[in-house]
Amino acid sequence: MSEPMTALGGAVYDGVVTVREAPATGMVLLRADLSDSAVQEAVRAVIGLSVPGQRGTAFAGSTGLLWLSPDEMIILGSHAESRARVAALDDALGSAHALVCDVSDARAVFTLEGRGLREILAKLAPVDMAPDRFAPGEVRRTRLAQVAAAFWLRDEASAQVICFRSVAQYVFDLLSDAADPANELRHFPR
Amino acid sequence: MLILTCPYCGVAAEETELAPGGEAHLTRFGPGSDDAEFESYLFYRENPKGVHFERWRHANGCGKWFHAARCTNTLEVFGTYPAQTTEPPAALREAISAKRPGWSWRSFSEET
Ligand SMILES: [Zn+2]
Repeated sequence: MSEPMTALGGAVYDGVVTVREAPATGMVLLRADLSDSAVQEAVRAVIGLSVPGQRGTAFAGSTGLLWLSPDEMIILGSHAESRARVAALDDALGSAHALVCDVSDARAVFTLEGRGLREILAKLAPVDMAPDRFAPGEVRRTRLAQVAAAFWLRDEASAQVICFRSVAQYVFDLLSDAADPANELRHFPR
Repeated sequence: MLILTCPYCGVAAEETELAPGGEAHLTRFGPGSDDAEFESYLFYRENPKGVHFERWRHANGCGKWFHAARCTNTLEVFGTYPAQTTEPPAALREAISAKRPGWSWRSFSEET
C-alpha cells in the first residue's frame, strides 16, 4: 500500500505556541442518529468507547470520538486501521440507518502546544475561549478566519485543530501568524 | 451582532458562523398549483418592522438548518427552534405575546 502523505509534510512553527502538523491520522466518519441505542451499542462494541453527548469527546489512547452534530461523529485512530474499522462498524451497525466512510485523507490535523493556545484560537474563531467557557473535553466546530474548522483542548497546554486538506496551508499560516511573539496579547491567565 | 443559539449543537453562534436562509414557514407551491400561488411562493415575502420568523443554517458549525424568531426593530431574539416544523412552537408564541402584545405575522398571531 502507498505511504500516506500529510498535506504539509509535518510543518512546524515555533512561536507563542508550537504549531505542528500532526502525522497521518485515521478518521472514520459516522452519519447516524447518535441517540439510537443500536448505534451506540455498535460503536461501543467496535471502538470500545461510549458515544459522547452534545459537543463531547471521548478518548482512550490514540482512539477518539468527536461529536459533530446529532447525527455525525468522527472516529480518530491509526491511519492504517481505518479501513478495517469501517468494515467492522458496517458489520456491527447491521440494519441501523447509518453511513460509515473512511475520510482519513480528507483533512489536515494540527497540534498547538503551549500555555498561550487559548489566545491563539480566540484571535481566529468567534468562540469564547475563557477557561470557564471552553474546557478540555469539548469539541467546537466553527471557523478559523474564513474557513471551517474544529478544535478541542487535550489540556491547558495542548489543543488539536482539524480543517479540510485543501485549506491546510491557509490554516497553518493563520495559526503561525496568530502565534507570532510580536502579536502576543497575554489576554487569558496562564 | 446577532447571536442565535443553534437548537442542534447548543452553541450560541454569532452571525459569522451562520448563513441566512430567508423567510420561515413558506408554503412551497409546485405542480398542480395555480399561477397566483406559485407567484406568491416565488416572490411574496414579509418585511415587518417587529416580530419576524426566519431560517438560518449553522454553516460554520454543525451544519444544521433551524428557525429563529426575532424583532427586526430592536434585534431582540425571542428564540430558536428546530427545522422540522411548519409553525413556531406554542411556548415561543406565548413568549412573544408577553413581549409584543398584539403581534401578528402571516397566519400566526397572539391569538393562534
Ligand atoms: Zn449547530
